[in-house]
Amino acid sequence: MKKYDVVTTLSYPKTGAMGKTGTWRIFRPILNKDKCVKCLRCWIFCPEGAIIRKEDDSVEIDYNYCKGCGICARECKVKVITMEREE
Amino acid sequence: MRVVVDTGNHIAALAAKLAKPDVIAAYPITPQTTIVEKIAEYVAKGEFSGDYICVESEHSAMSACIGASAAGARTFTATSAHGLLLMHEMLHWAALARLPIVMVNVNRAIGPGWTIWSDQNDSMAQRDTGWIQIYCSSNQEIFDSIIQAFKLAEHKDVQLPVMVCYDGFILSHTSMPVKVPEQEEIDDFLPKREPAWILDPENPVTHGNIIMPKDYPSIRKAMQDAQENAKKLIPEIAEEWKERFGTYHGDLIEKYRCEDADYIIMSYAALGAESKVVIDMLRKKGKKVGLARLRVFRPFPSEDILSLAENADLIVIDRSISIGFEGPLFTEVKSCLYGKSDAKVYGFIAGLGGKDVRYTDIGKIVDRVIERKQDGVLWYDVEGGK
Repeated sequence: MKKYDVVTTLSYPKTGAMGKTGTWRIFRPILNKDKCVKCLRCWIFCPEGAIIRKEDDSVEIDYNYCKGCGICARECKVKVITMEREE
Repeated sequence: MRVVVDTGNHIAALAAKLAKPDVIAAYPITPQTTIVEKIAEYVAKGEFSGDYICVESEHSAMSACIGASAAGARTFTATSAHGLLLMHEMLHWAALARLPIVMVNVNRAIGPGWTIWSDQNDSMAQRDTGWIQIYCSSNQEIFDSIIQAFKLAEHKDVQLPVMVCYDGFILSHTSMPVKVPEQEEIDDFLPKREPAWILDPENPVTHGNIIMPKDYPSIRKAMQDAQENAKKLIPEIAEEWKERFGTYHGDLIEKYRCEDADYIIMSYAALGAESKVVIDMLRKKGKKVGLARLRVFRPFPSEDILSLAENADLIVIDRSISIGFEGPLFTEVKSCLYGKSDAKVYGFIAGLGGKDVRYTDIGKIVDRVIERKQDGVLWYDVEGGK
């Protein structure tokens, strides 16, 4: 379909199109999985899709792309996500 | 082929219609208004089947063209003066996104004082946006340049927007006979656009996204290369047009009696056409004067100007002024001769705000150079003619 290229700013969607944006992080969200109630609020509110939802609705944080905005920690209704300064 | 007698603006609207754009978005402004009106008439009569978007400003007109062009549409708009200035941000956007939009700019001076008459300050102020700029001096050239502009802009080696400029009222509201090819002939000359990329929900792409400093210079360089490619393609496309339809207005520069000239007048747009008349008059008096009318200001035809300056001194007349310095063509002509030519270059400012410049005025300008060795920049309308 595409017959030639033109040099301009184009970005096709793929994981990490802009590199490992997790390196921008200053505060790191730490989830206490034992106390998580699987409400998925963090998964809904994460603006970067950096919360990974598992089959059983448990969640993991993708530190490759989490920029450390802290929205998950703020929205967590049982307050089991804490923000800790990166080393 | 038929001959149509009509105004520059109506001819521009006709050319735009025959180029079959998918989208036209425009906002009316004097002296461009009759283009917008004519296109509306085509829509009302069912003669234009593309989308005609009624926008609330010129910034929106250019934005709509950018969106449409990014979706793969052939896109046209038209404006003047303050409308063009309001578009300024989006002009950069269109060029950096490499979208082949074609726009007519009917040159009009900038206010205040409120003015509707011609000079080229509006488009000269857009010089560095990356747009290709073509200046016309007859209605036939307006027609031919608009259709050719689509072919140029959409060429795979160019992919830049093109601005086709001509003087408000002097051309926009003056009727002249124009040879108009049939729709099928235009279709054959100008096939459907083949975009390099499009916005398509089925195959998503982000454009205009963030770019890191290490990558940014290369997109600017690519634009520069595209302008250089345009420098080769403009004469080729004009030549192809001549072979098919018989009309021709020069390549990057229209040269008239330059071969043995001691002095060459350099100008653009309507002033260029006016200068042609005076050449014959001066030649009859034994003065070896030629005319080089710039058709294309971006890409700048520096090689051609250098060869013109081999045996002649240059008299540059700008209907525009870079306040605080001098006429833009005057500056650029000197810059391309620097270190390569000993030719003298004389600069004049004339015709600002629609001040009439007759062929006799251009004759007086030439006399100032030949007889009185006028040096430096002369504001002809203010200080000249005395």
